[in-house]
Amino acid sequence: MPAGTLYRGREGMWSWVAHRVTGVLIFFFLFVHVLDTALVRVSPEAYDEVVATYKTPIVALLEYGLVAAILFHALNGLRVIAVDFWSKGPRYQKQMLWTVVGIWVVLMAGSLYPVLGHAARELFGS
Amino acid sequence: MSADTTSAIGPVEGASFDVDNPAPYIEAPRKRTGRTPRATRGNFEMAAWLFMRLSGVVLVVLVLGHLLIQLFLDGGVSKIGFAFVAGRWASPFWQVWDLLMLWLAMLHGCNGLRTVINDYAERANTRLWLKGLLYTATVFTILLGTLVIFTFDPNIR
Repeated sequence: MPAGTLYRGREGMWSWVAHRVTGVLIFFFLFVHVLDTALVRVSPEAYDEVVATYKTPIVALLEYGLVAAILFHALNGLRVIAVDFWSKGPRYQKQMLWTVVGIWVVLMAGSLYPVLGHAARELFGS
Repeated sequence: MSADTTSAIGPVEGASFDVDNPAPYIEAPRKRTGRTPRATRGNFEMAAWLFMRLSGVVLVVLVLGHLLIQLFLDGGVSKIGFAFVAGRWASPFWQVWDLLMLWLAMLHGCNGLRTVINDYAERANTRLWLKGLLYTATVFTILLGTLVIFTFDPNIR
C-alpha cells in the first residue's frame, strides 16, 4: 500500500467512534440495570443480594468505567448538539472536543475517591 | 447559419409556429400531476434525529443527577439496598424522575442501536432479525421497568 493513503481519522472521526462505543456499552448496561432493579418486586433479600455484587471491588472498577462512558457520551453529546444547532459549531468542533476531553479528565479525577473509595478501603483496609 | 435574427427560433426547429400552427405543449419538469407518485416515506428519520438531541439534553440532567445520588453522595454504592430504594420511591418526584429517565434512555438507546445496525449489518435479513430482537428487548424492558415503578410495594412481605 502506498504510504499516506490510509485515512486514520482526526478529532471528528475518533469522537464519533467513541460516541458509538460508549453509547452501545451504556445501552447494554441499562438492560441489566432495569432487570436487577426489577428484583425489588421479588423480595428485599433478592434485591439486596444482587446489589451486593455491585459493591465488590471488581464491579466498582466497572462502575468507574460506566461513569467514564456516561460522562464522555453526555459531554460529547452536548458538543454534537452545538455542532448541529450553533451557527459557529462546525468551525469550533475541534476546540469543543478538547474542551470536552478536558472537563472529562477533571471529572474523572474527581470521581476516583467517591466511586472507588469503598473498594480501596475493602482491599487495603481502612 | 442564417443572418436573419428576427426569429427567436433557430433554424434547427425549422417550422415557425403561429396561431394556426402552435408549438407542441411540453409539460414543465417536476410538475405535480395525477400520475406523480405520492411520497413513500414521511419525516421519520428527521423526527428521530431531533428526538436524539432533545432527549439527550434532558438525559444529561436526569442521568447525571441519578449517578450523583447513587454512586457519589452518602457513601456511594455502599448505601444502596431495598430500604434505600423504598425511601426514594416514597416520593412521587423521584418516581416521575425514574420513569422519565427509563423511557427516554431506552428510546434514545434503541434508536442509537437501530442506527448502528443499519450501518454495519449489510444483509437485509440480518438487519431484520437484529432490529426485531432490539425492538422486542426494548419494549420488554420499558414495560417491565414501568410496571416495577408503578407497582412498587415497600411492605412486600
